[in-house]
Amino acid sequence: MSSQEISEAESLRHEQDAHGTEVAEHPFADPGLPPHKPRKQDIDERAARRSERAVALLFTVSMLATIGFIASFVIFPVDKIIYVWPLGHVSATNLSLGLTLGIALFCIGAGAVHWGRTLMSDEEMVDERHAVAATPEVKAKVMADFADGARESAIGRRPLIRNTMFGALAMVPLSGVVLLRELGPLPEDKLRKTLWSKGKQLINMNTNEPLRPEDVAVGSLTFAKPEGLEEHAEDFNNQIAKAALMIVRIQPDDIKDRRQLEWSHDGIVAFSKICTHVGCPISLYEQQTHHVLCPCHQSTFDLSDGARVIFGPAGHPLPQLRIGVNDKGYLEALGDFDVPVGPAFWERG
Amino acid sequence: MSTTTATETKRKAPAGERVADWADGRLGIYSLAKANMRKIFPDHWSFMLGEICLYSFLIIILTGVYLTLFFHPSMNEVEYSGSYVPMQGIRMTEAYASTLDISFDVRGGLLIRQIHHWAAVIFLAGMFVHMMRVFFTGAFRKPREINWLFGFLLFVLGMFTGFTGYSLPDDLLSGTGVRFTQGAILSVPIVGTYISMFLFGGEFPGHDIIARFYSIHILLLPGIMLGLVVAHLILVIYHKHTQFAGPGRTNKNVVGMPLLPVYMAKAGGFFFLVFGVIAVIAALFTINPIWALGPYRPDQVSTGAQPDWYMGFAEGLIRVMPGWEINLWGHTLVLGVFIPLVVFGLVLAAIALYPFIESWITGDKREHHILDRPRNAPTRTALGVAWVTSYMVMLIGGGNDIFATHFHLSINSITWFVRIFYFLGPVLAFIVTKRICLGLQRRDRDKVLHGRESGIIKRLPHGEFVEVHEPLSQAQLHSLTAHEQYKPAHLGPVTDENGVKRKLTRGEKLRVKLSKGYFADGNQIPKATAEEYKEISEGHGHH
Amino acid sequence: MKKLSARRRHPLAAVVVLLLALAATGGLYAAFAPADKAQADETAQSLAIEEGKKLYAVGCASCHGTGGQGTSDGPSLVGVGSAAVDFQVGTGRMPAQQPGAQVPRKKNIYSQAQIDQLAAYVASLGAGPIAPTEKQYSPEGADIARGGDLFRTNCAQCHNFTGEGGALTKGKYAPSLEGVSEKHLYEAMQTGPQNMPSFPDTTMPEKEKKDIIAYIKSVNGDETPTPGGFALGGLGPVSEGLFGWIFGLGALIAVAIWVAAHTAKAKKS
Repeated sequence: MSSQEISEAESLRHEQDAHGTEVAEHPFADPGLPPHKPRKQDIDERAARRSERAVALLFTVSMLATIGFIASFVIFPVDKIIYVWPLGHVSATNLSLGLTLGIALFCIGAGAVHWGRTLMSDEEMVDERHAVAATPEVKAKVMADFADGARESAIGRRPLIRNTMFGALAMVPLSGVVLLRELGPLPEDKLRKTLWSKGKQLINMNTNEPLRPEDVAVGSLTFAKPEGLEEHAEDFNNQIAKAALMIVRIQPDDIKDRRQLEWSHDGIVAFSKICTHVGCPISLYEQQTHHVLCPCHQSTFDLSDGARVIFGPAGHPLPQLRIGVNDKGYLEALGDFDVPVGPAFWERG
Repeated sequence: MSTTTATETKRKAPAGERVADWADGRLGIYSLAKANMRKIFPDHWSFMLGEICLYSFLIIILTGVYLTLFFHPSMNEVEYSGSYVPMQGIRMTEAYASTLDISFDVRGGLLIRQIHHWAAVIFLAGMFVHMMRVFFTGAFRKPREINWLFGFLLFVLGMFTGFTGYSLPDDLLSGTGVRFTQGAILSVPIVGTYISMFLFGGEFPGHDIIARFYSIHILLLPGIMLGLVVAHLILVIYHKHTQFAGPGRTNKNVVGMPLLPVYMAKAGGFFFLVFGVIAVIAALFTINPIWALGPYRPDQVSTGAQPDWYMGFAEGLIRVMPGWEINLWGHTLVLGVFIPLVVFGLVLAAIALYPFIESWITGDKREHHILDRPRNAPTRTALGVAWVTSYMVMLIGGGNDIFATHFHLSINSITWFVRIFYFLGPVLAFIVTKRICLGLQRRDRDKVLHGRESGIIKRLPHGEFVEVHEPLSQAQLHSLTAHEQYKPAHLGPVTDENGVKRKLTRGEKLRVKLSKGYFADGNQIPKATAEEYKEISEGHGHH
Repeated sequence: MKKLSARRRHPLAAVVVLLLALAATGGLYAAFAPADKAQADETAQSLAIEEGKKLYAVGCASCHGTGGQGTSDGPSLVGVGSAAVDFQVGTGRMPAQQPGAQVPRKKNIYSQAQIDQLAAYVASLGAGPIAPTEKQYSPEGADIARGGDLFRTNCAQCHNFTGEGGALTKGKYAPSLEGVSEKHLYEAMQTGPQNMPSFPDTTMPEKEKKDIIAYIKSVNGDETPTPGGFALGGLGPVSEGLFGWIFGLGALIAVAIWVAAHTAKAKKS
């Protein structure tokens, strides 16, 4: 061992010798709570008075802030916008009410805590703990009482009562479960069908007009809904949640998937806009790579290759809608999607 | 009792006392106050984390009640005609329209909304940190395991209350979150489609979900939470607060300041401080500007679609999971969504059950009221840090698009990073944390045996330079050696005293193995013993 | 606050070669683009083309070829039209500086007159979308709310609710729309620069583009109110969560430390 340890060990011994009586039997023994030392406020009345004034000042500021809150509420119109650096153009009501309320509350708290810290006794006190568990005597008494009660109820001797009671109690919640049946309809084939059917024209979501093939340029992105679905319809949201369509045009030579090409019209392809992962409307189309990315969980599909999944958590390609052109020259569906749109589910198969 | 004495007392007593007497005659408040009025609480800043949660919960309830006065939980569609110009004439649900009204046409409505939401973000963050404080100091040990579970339940229920709450305005962001929930429910084998139909009252989005979330958000979940908070607090008072080791602080006492008056002032004041800070934040910083998001429509979406932070790790799990899907016998097992759903539950269950696992390993049946310093439980601390690491890695996964644009990274690279580090990160964190803990334990041991480095350099007569080490005070020596160290469990002899082969259950073998992993040599540094100390301090064994 | 969030977008670090950068910027547009109107003042026009050609030879020819036919470093400019030139050069994207996943917006080094000359020259190589006039892109009198609805259908998926921008695959991104001029917004929709799809007049008429521009300017302009206070970048729950943790919980813990700390003891005399 090095000499530095000698010196510190020696000095330690010196100190212990100096304190004499403090050399305990066990060197790590608990010396007990240190003696309480007074704060400035405890011995200097002027310091205590300063604390008192500070606490009173805080409480007074709180009162003023509350008056400020009421005044702001009365003064500022609800739509008043003011410029405050560096926040920006903010609502005068929100800012003034929030700051005054915040100050009013904070000052009460700060005052109370300052009072507690400087003027209330800070002498540490000791509470004894008691075991949570009961003593054996108490436990014995409880067990005896319980045995008495059980015996007097005769539940052990009359199993018929016991069994029927348990049966009744077990069954009665079933009523509640049965009532929950009314929460909604059965799934049936609701997840398999959309509004699309043979002959329905593709309506441009922007213009509410049917689309012509020549409207759809290579590199452009268009969204469509089925003919007859209006935005103010009662079930618009339920229907568009399944029927929303994303339309892009790809040079036919660039389409790698044979079926995709067959189901397109002159390079115009219509895919479901609903992600097959958990149903976000997917539409982050990169016109040079033909990749489409989902903004929610980053599933990436290749629209030039049957909307195959190339990255992310989606499990299967986006369903394609088979399209053609009707005799008026508008794009139309040639049927419903052949697979369910949106997230996969147990019965999807 | 003579009537005269009774009337005399009544006449003499001040008004406050008379009211108290009246109440005591009916409620027995004096006996209650006798036990609790001067209840002792120890002083430590980390013991106030729970109070941050309690107070933000109260703030949420107060502001939430105000919001219900103006909010219409209805999915009936209306054409907006309020004062926010960029939405005028847009079709939206009443839920969204009334939230716009609260934000623009109710004086102070926006402030209350923002206080409500900021308080919720802070409530959940506070619960997380509070839970970690309890974990890393071992405050969950007997007799507090049930209270740990209550706290855990509050955290989980808080997550779902938050989720149902931010979904209520029916804006485009939260609606996307509800859509995600529906997609996740669909992935549940066999019953998924049924649960979805029943929850939404038919197909997504339907016309019921907001009203249903509303009653869950304002009644069902907060009702349960309120009950749990009360039970949590009663148990804290009943068990009395834990404390760190120190002079005069034992497993059989609690040292601190009395409830009346000090904690009345400090804890009561802290409520106002928390409320004040949150009110100022709500005055200065926007949260969830639903007017900028637009009403929900299932065919619209925005990039940067994230849930609030406490759902972020579930979002991360779902984002980085590969898209596995198994089709068999006409059925689809959507593993790409269902596995994250299960992992979400397992991650939470792991932390919830930890106290029971640890007490099984140690086999310790005693009560513990003295907190561990994290370094003195190296394996537990390392496990905790590993858990937090996996949680944080998933938070990065949940925000991968925002991190991609702001750190100029590829979203695909971040996803791969998260996929790998979800497994690697916790392992590294475990190893590093354990080493740090052992290092700190060694330092404590050195400090006890050789004193504190004083920074004073002394030259000895023969020319050597040494640093003078100052011995620690008795109080410090006690504090640094107060912790107990477990001995690893042993399987014991293979045969019993009669020579018959003992039967060892597999569980027992596992327990012994884990116990060695926790407490064997190399997994903790033996603390300095009195003998070692005496030997050094008496100057034996040198040179 | 708007200034702050503007600084967060800087040139991207290199990941992929420049090759992708300007490929087919409206290059495939020619098929459906409206035919060039006869020019009224032919002499002025031919003068502009001459000047543009000189500028082109200096700033563009090394990548796009001396006659705009394209090289391995840059796509053909035949048929991209003046709108594409005005957008690419006007936003400083062209001439490109360094290879990367995407060519970033930067300080424009040409005057508007020079850009017009360049555009005139490129437009002379083949018919393409024509740079819009102020009457076309000015949001005067447009329907902001309708623009918002269109924005959420067509744009928000990449550019975020209020045009703060967002991530695309492999380091590409949809840029922030903050501070982008009305004309450039219009041209971007018209031509579909880089990986952005185009929104031609046939599927998104001029009136709707104006509505969208009006909406962007109303929710992401210098004067846009953020009633609730500082907007934290307008990025949603990620920035809110970080703020709540660091500043919200941080402030409360700081307060808790003060509350729990022992009051200073009087010095021993």
